[in-house]
Amino acid sequence: MCGGGVGHVDGGLQDDQSVVRPAANHCPEVPALVIIILAYVWLGLGEVAAVVAVAVNKIPVVVVATREGARAIDHALMQVGEVYRLSRWRTWRHIYLPQLYPHLLSAGRNGLSLVWKIVLVVELLGRSSGVGFALANYFHDFDVAGIFAYTIAFTSVMLVFEALLMRPLERRLNRWRA
Amino acid sequence: MTGLALNIRSKVYPGGVETLRDCQFSAAPGEFVAIVGPSGAGKSTLLNIAAGLDRDFDGELVRPPSRPSKGQGLSPSALSFMFQEPRLMPWLSVRENIALVLSEPKTHDAAIDRILRTMGLQDFSQAYPAQLSGGMRRRAALARAFICQPSLLLMDEPFTSIDAPTAEALRRSLLDLWGEQKPTILFVTHQLTEALALADRVVFMSARPARVIFEHVCALSRPRDLDLGSHQAIADSLLMAQPGLLQGGLLGQLQGGPAR
Repeated sequence: MCGGGVGHVDGGLQDDQSVVRPAANHCPEVPALVIIILAYVWLGLGEVAAVVAVAVNKIPVVVVATREGARAIDHALMQVGEVYRLSRWRTWRHIYLPQLYPHLLSAGRNGLSLVWKIVLVVELLGRSSGVGFALANYFHDFDVAGIFAYTIAFTSVMLVFEALLMRPLERRLNRWRA
Repeated sequence: MTGLALNIRSKVYPGGVETLRDCQFSAAPGEFVAIVGPSGAGKSTLLNIAAGLDRDFDGELVRPPSRPSKGQGLSPSALSFMFQEPRLMPWLSVRENIALVLSEPKTHDAAIDRILRTMGLQDFSQAYPAQLSGGMRRRAALARAFICQPSLLLMDEPFTSIDAPTAEALRRSLLDLWGEQKPTILFVTHQLTEALALADRVVFMSARPARVIFEHVCALSRPRDLDLGSHQAIADSLLMAQPGLLQGGLLGQLQGGPAR
């Protein structure tokens, strides 16, 4: 479930390099709950609907963030690629993409924290497993201790994720900064 | 091998500012031409057109073809450009920055090592540009410009805003590399003495819309004294005859004759 959400964030990072989608500007304003409900109504109460709901919620936000990055591309450095006749691939890989890294990183990080939260709502509304489902059960029983236990477990997973994946990635991409 | 021939009837920027008009000049293969003119006259525009970065102009441009590849398969490029700022990729090491402009960098390790040594950068090949001084960054940019053995090298005030001894060492390196590879060089500068010290020929531009108003052939033998002060006398005598030369104005005909 969570993997699906994360994967879609990554998909969002990939497909937004050059496409300018005016729709993406307004999609983030549609309440997440509306999208989740519609996905369940149209696609059934299944895994597919859950993944689609998370993805549709998240991708426009990533698109907008990354597009801002693409607008801030340093034209002077792109000219270097042009005069030295670098191939499209090399220009993209060594001149263009590195300028997007900070934006991709922050979009990925914000996206991830948002996705986790949406996943909970998705599970709460229409799934028979997962943290969201468990929380709903505890809510029925007014079991505050259980809710706290899940919260702590959930937050720890995210902290580990941050420490083991996001931090090292960020360090690697930023090692040239003196 | 042909040299560079440029004939710009008109270059108008969107918005209606005409930057160049009837601007024509040529450079022989392997010739070092310096371009001097008032600031804002369109010297950078001229270089961008010569580089093919700016194709929106009325006129013709003939550039020297890339030289035939010899020996180790280093594929020589037609063109290098050294900008006013070094424009190195901050996320690439010095070595990676130089390798970036080669089409198959892995096969040219020896050539990259060699140019790093020539430029005195061998100990900094893994350093990132942010860790280098301004002069070293320019050395790296110069190495990048020469690694692909260009037949035409365009330089846009590459040695400004660095201290005089560093600039002098860079000029020395430039002339050494030029002597070795003999590309045609267009060197834009606002310093007349720098132009006189380096070039075979100095071309003077008028104010906007710019055209070539005067040429001076530097007959000094090489290797030259690169201390700019020692070229002050020639600069003074040129300016004595034509006080408005650097502002882009002429006092009628000169005995050197106008351009063209």
